[in-house]
Amino acid sequence: MSSIGTGYDLSASQFSPDGRVYQIEYAGKAVEMSGTVIGMRGKDGIVLAVEKIVTSALYEDDAATRIFTVDKNIGIAIAGLLADGRYIVDIARQEAANFRQQFERTIPLKQLTERVSAYVHAYTLYSAVRPFGVSVILASWDEEQGPQLYKIEPSGTSFGYFACASGKAEQQAKTEMEKLKFAEMSVDDLVQNAGKIIYLVHDELRNKDFHFEMSLVSKETKGLHRLNPQPWYDQAVQSGLAAKNEDDSDNEI
Amino acid sequence: MFRNQYDSDVTVWSPQGRLHQVEYAMEAVKLGSATVGLKNSDYAVLVALRRAASELSSSQRKIIPIDDHLGISIAGITADARVLSNYLRTECLNYKYAYGARYPVSRLISNLGNKMQVTTQRYDRRPYGVGLLVAGYDERGPHIFQVDPSANFFNCKAMSIGSRSQSARTYLERNISSKGRDFVCTKDELICHGIQAIRGSLPNDEDSESPLLNISIAIVGKDQPFKILDDVESKKYLDMAKKLPAPPAPSDDVPSTGGDDDEDKPGDAPPDPQVLVGTMER
Amino acid sequence: MYSHNNFIQTELWKGGPVPGQFYNFPGTSQDINAGNITAPGLYGSNRSSSPITTGTSVIGVKFDGGVMIAADNLVSYGSLARYQDVQRVFKINEKTIIGAGGDFADFQSLKRSIDQKMVEDMCYQDDIEMQPKSLYNWLTRILYNRRSRVNPLWLEMVVGGMQDGVPFLGHVDLRGRAYEDDVVATGFGKHFALPLVREQISEGRLLSQSEASQVLRKCMEVLYYRDCRAISKYSVAVSTAQGTIVQGPFEVNQNWQLATLVKGY
Repeated sequence: MSSIGTGYDLSASQFSPDGRVYQIEYAGKAVEMSGTVIGMRGKDGIVLAVEKIVTSALYEDDAATRIFTVDKNIGIAIAGLLADGRYIVDIARQEAANFRQQFERTIPLKQLTERVSAYVHAYTLYSAVRPFGVSVILASWDEEQGPQLYKIEPSGTSFGYFACASGKAEQQAKTEMEKLKFAEMSVDDLVQNAGKIIYLVHDELRNKDFHFEMSLVSKETKGLHRLNPQPWYDQAVQSGLAAKNEDDSDNEI
Repeated sequence: MFRNQYDSDVTVWSPQGRLHQVEYAMEAVKLGSATVGLKNSDYAVLVALRRAASELSSSQRKIIPIDDHLGISIAGITADARVLSNYLRTECLNYKYAYGARYPVSRLISNLGNKMQVTTQRYDRRPYGVGLLVAGYDERGPHIFQVDPSANFFNCKAMSIGSRSQSARTYLERNISSKGRDFVCTKDELICHGIQAIRGSLPNDEDSESPLLNISIAIVGKDQPFKILDDVESKKYLDMAKKLPAPPAPSDDVPSTGGDDDEDKPGDAPPDPQVLVGTMER
Repeated sequence: MYSHNNFIQTELWKGGPVPGQFYNFPGTSQDINAGNITAPGLYGSNRSSSPITTGTSVIGVKFDGGVMIAADNLVSYGSLARYQDVQRVFKINEKTIIGAGGDFADFQSLKRSIDQKMVEDMCYQDDIEMQPKSLYNWLTRILYNRRSRVNPLWLEMVVGGMQDGVPFLGHVDLRGRAYEDDVVATGFGKHFALPLVREQISEGRLLSQSEASQVLRKCMEVLYYRDCRAISKYSVAVSTAQGTIVQGPFEVNQNWQLATLVKGY
C-alpha cells in the first residue's frame, strides 16, 4: 500500500493512482480488529457464532451483543464497529419490514442481502460519508429455501457461502472450516463445530476474556432465529472447551 | 496543525481502521466530572459529582430526569446531553401516548444508539461529546446502561464515567457480589456504595472526608419513580456513607478491565489517543 | 421503530446526492406529505362513509384465569354471506388476542401493522411481548386519529389477554371510543349477547373457563338465529396464563322445528 499518506487515501470518493479506494480498505481494517465472527451452513440449519471480547467486568453478559434478529427466521452477525453494525441491522429490518408489507411474506435472504449490500455500497461513493466499518454475515432458514448464508463486506460486495468468517482470526477460522463437509452436517454437528472453532481461534494472550455467543435457525428452532438457544448453546460451549483443553495439552507436549 | 492527517473529519478512516474524530469525542467524556451508576435486584442508582463553573455560578446539573421510569446522568458536553435528553423524553412520551406503557429501557437505548451513529458517519455532523449513564426500571427489572459518543452502548452491572472514574470502577468491581450480576444489598447500602465509589473520583485538592455536599443522587426502581434526592435526603445518605471506611485507593496491580482511560497522563502531546472506539480491542 | 425513523437520511440512498445537499443541516429537509390521507385528490377527497366487506358481532368475556373472544367465521358483502370460512379472532402473541367486526379490509390492513410489531418484538431479543393493554391503547390512538380526520377505519374490535398475569378485556371502535369491562360485545352482539352473559355474572362473580365457553356458545346460537349477518360456524380465541390459542371452528346448536309455526316461514 505505497499510496498510504500520499493524500489519495482520505476520501471514499477518490481513487488512488493505482486504482484503489483506500478508504474502503481502511474500513476493512476496522473489521480485522474485531472479535471473530463465523457463520456455517449445514444440511438443514444454519449457525452464527461470535467471539465477543469482554472489555469490562462491569458489563452484563448480554452487553454489546453481536448477533441480531432481523425477521422471524433471519439473523445477522456483525464483525467490526458495533455502532455501525446496529445501524445496518436497523436498515436490514426496515428492508425486511418493507418487503413483508408489500408481499406479505418474509424476505428471501438473497433479496435482503442485495438490498443491504446496495445500501452499504452507497456509502463508498461519496466524500460526505465514510464506508461502514463492518462485515455483515446474514443467515436464514426456511422450508422452501433451506439454509442460506451470505456475507457483505464494507465495500458493499456480497457472496453466498457454505461457511464464512470475519474479524481477527478470519484466516484461522477459514482453515478450520475448510476441513469440514458442510453439505452433510446436521444442526448438532454445526453447533459443536461452531463452539470448537470460536474457542480455538480465541487468542488468550491478546484478549483474556471472551463471551461465546451463538444463534441458530433451523427446523429444530421452529424456523425461528434464536439467540443462544438451549440445549445447543451448552453443547457448543462444551465442545469448545473440550477442543481448547485438547489444544492446550498438545502444546504442552 | 493536526496530530496526523487522518483525524480532521469523522468521515475519514485511518490506515489502521480507526476513527480519530470519534476517539477525540470519547475524550470529551473524561472532561466532565465523574458519575456512577449501579443497581441491585430492585433499584438502579445514579450518583454524580457536581462542579460549579465559577464561584458565582450554581453547580452544573448532572442528572436529568427523562420519564417516571428513567433518568440519565451525564459526563461531557452538557449542551449535547440536552439534545439527547430531549430526544429521550420525546420518545418516552410518544411511547406512553401510543402504548400507555413505559418504554423498555434497552429498546429506548438501542434506538438512541442508532440516532447517535449517524453523527459518526457524516461530514456535516460531529459525534455527541457526552457520555451517559442511564438508570431505568421496566418489566425486566432495573438497568444501568452506558452510552458513549461512539454510539456504542453497554448493559452494565454498574459503571462509572467521567474524569478520574477509574477508581470508581475499581471500587465497583471489587464490591460487586461474587456471583457478579449486581449488588446484593439493600437500597440504602446501594446508595452508600455509589457514594463510596465516587469518593475516589474527587479532585485531588478536595478531601474525601469533606462534607461532600456537591453530590447528586437519583434512584429509580420497584414502586419508586425516578427521583433526584433533595438536600436533606442526600445529606442523610452522605452521613451514612461517611461512617463506612474510605474506598481502597486504586493500586496498580488491579487490572483495569474497564480501563481505557489513563486520564492523569502528562499532556505532552502523545502520538495518538489510547482509546480504540467501537471495536473490541483495547 | 420504523415509523419514526426521521433521523435516517434516505435521500442519499434513493437518488444519491443533489447539489448543495451536503450543506443542508440534517433534519431541515421537509417531510414529503406522507400519511396525509384526507388531502383532496384528483377527483375531490375520498373518505370512508360506510363499510364494504364486513364481519358482524364479536363477544369477549373474562373468566377466572383468562379471557375468551368469540366471533363467527363469516365476512359479508352487503347482505350476501360472501366469505364463510374466515377467521375473525386472532392470536397476536402469547399474551394477547383480538377479535374484529366491521370493515374487514380495514382490519386486515391494521393486522399487518400489528404483526409487524410482533416481528419487531422478536427482533429486540429481550423477551418483552406487547401486552393487551398496550395494543388496546395503540388501537384507540389509531382509531381516534382517523375519526378526527373524519375518515375512520370502520372497525369495532375486542382486545383481550393477560396483562401482568391479570385478565384484561377491552372494546375499541371506529369513533375512538374505548372501554374495559368483564364482558364486551360489538355490533348486534351488544344487544343480544351482553344481556345473556350479564345474567350469568350478576353478583360480580367470575365465570369458570367452561362456563365462559358455554355462555359464548349460547350467545353465538342466539346471534345466529337473530342476526341475518351471522352464520352457524364460529371460532374462539382463548388467553390464559399458559398462553393463547384459537379454537374452532365450532357449530352452534340449531333447531328449526319451531320455524313452521313462524308466520312467513
